[in-house]
Amino acid sequence: MTSILKRGAMIAGGTLLFLGLTGMAAHHLIPHRHVPSASEFGLGPRMSATGRYQATMETDAPLRTGRILGVRLRIADSTGTPVDGAVLTVDGGMPQHGHGLPTAPRVTRALGDGRYQVDGLKFSMGGWWELRFGITNSAGADSVTFNLKL
Amino acid sequence: MPPRLLLLSFGVAVPVVLGATFGRDVDRWTDAERAEIAALELPAELVPPTDPTNRVADDSAAVQLGQRLFFDARFSSNGKVACSTCHDPAREFQDGTPLAEGVGTTTRRTMPVASTAHGTWMFWDGRKDSQWSQALGPWESPVEHGGSRAQYTHLVATYYRGEYEAIFGRLPDLARVPAHAGPVDDPAARAAWARMTALERDRVTAVFVNMGKAVAAYERRIAYGPSRFDRYAAALRATGRAPEGVLSDDEAAGLRLFVGRARCTSCHTGPLLADFAFHNTGVPQAAGAPADAGRAAGAAKVKGDEFNCRSRWSDARESCAELEFLADSGNALVQAFKTPSLRNVALRAPYMHAGQFRTLEGVIDHYDRAPTAPQGKSELQPLHLTDRERRQILAFLGALSAPLATPDSLLRAPLQPSAR
Repeated sequence: MTSILKRGAMIAGGTLLFLGLTGMAAHHLIPHRHVPSASEFGLGPRMSATGRYQATMETDAPLRTGRILGVRLRIADSTGTPVDGAVLTVDGGMPQHGHGLPTAPRVTRALGDGRYQVDGLKFSMGGWWELRFGITNSAGADSVTFNLKL
Repeated sequence: MPPRLLLLSFGVAVPVVLGATFGRDVDRWTDAERAEIAALELPAELVPPTDPTNRVADDSAAVQLGQRLFFDARFSSNGKVACSTCHDPAREFQDGTPLAEGVGTTTRRTMPVASTAHGTWMFWDGRKDSQWSQALGPWESPVEHGGSRAQYTHLVATYYRGEYEAIFGRLPDLARVPAHAGPVDDPAARAAWARMTALERDRVTAVFVNMGKAVAAYERRIAYGPSRFDRYAAALRATGRAPEGVLSDDEAAGLRLFVGRARCTSCHTGPLLADFAFHNTGVPQAAGAPADAGRAAGAAKVKGDEFNCRSRWSDARESCAELEFLADSGNALVQAFKTPSLRNVALRAPYMHAGQFRTLEGVIDHYDRAPTAPQGKSELQPLHLTDRERRQILAFLGALSAPLATPDSLLRAPLQPSAR
């Protein structure tokens, strides 16, 4: 019985501590990011922030840590028409750890049919990674974010 | 109702009773914790990635030559500084002092050598992109070995001609090469270097580069070995149960903090407990030292390095993706330093890039407090650890110590001195 009470007290204490830390983080303006729900993870399709574009990542093999990787990004407009001629930027990082990408990935080729080759990606460790693509073309500028579990 | 029956009316009772009977609370791991722990376990054989930029990286004759060069103090301006002077194999290939001392005093802490073949970037700021190009830096540094590549080439011709030529082919004719010449700080050696023809300079540099490649072949063999932590992790993975008598209560509790609330695995991840990437952890500037930009300066240096992967001295100029996609701008690089392995960390005080902390207690205190960075922005957040939790993390770090997985013959100066 004592064990159970102790355990209950620990859980309550832990919860309070967690809430306390969350409060403190907010107080110090430290970004405190919760892991998105499972449905927010994956290679897409993902809608861009203002809904201009829809993007899907394509990989030849499962994404792995510790090595330089290439992926393809397929972009369509809101009607599903492939978007060619867009200018892309790549950014990202690990929201829980406060660091960005260890490399500077970029689009190396436009493959046509709304597809772009993105090279130089590297995930230095397992966990939740964010990958943000800035997309600019005649329809306007927007960004799309992928949540990846490595 | 007897107390035991009362307990059984709760869903959690059975594991609690079993736990009380058969093991310690501290050994009860969640699935997420088990996965984190398994990711840190050193496999039976952790083979370093190939280094295509060094065609002799896995050549046993090059290992032997590299070992001799590593311990040879003639390769210095005063005849007293070898690689092993600072990278002492009896001391985890480091020197136990905040700032390395060769013929002068450097501005950074000596880094250990073991398992560095697994990293992409060398030095605290990653200003080199291979073990062989790293080895060349200290030989020409005015405060480390203090000599010049022409001097070293003459030494190779005098003392190592046979071994060298068996690996790399004929040494060039050095009759016209000055005794001291190279792109170094010393004005006389610099001037002599400038007076040499481009062809003569290339011939000398080729020998110098091969010296680095031989030392890298030797260094590739130096690796961390399995610790008590790895025995614990292996048993937990294989049997699903924590083994008895491997980690103390405090060590196991420290492991829980390490993979959990203390967030150590944010950077100290994988079997070498390092992501080998660059992070600003707000480490204070060393007393009396100028500001150190860390990776912000190192990234620019490796891009322009005479001996980088894309240079004509590399044996694989076409496969340099790390350099091609180098992150070389942005505030995140300012005062960011490379994550070192935590294996054997308790055996090599002081800590950080300029030995700012004398003890691991000091390091843990720093990560707990997470002070503002002197430059750039620290990635840390305060941990609010109790004194007991700090002691537990310290205890766990001690459980990472183990003998190197390297033959004894490679951990000392070669028995046979080279012919004179």
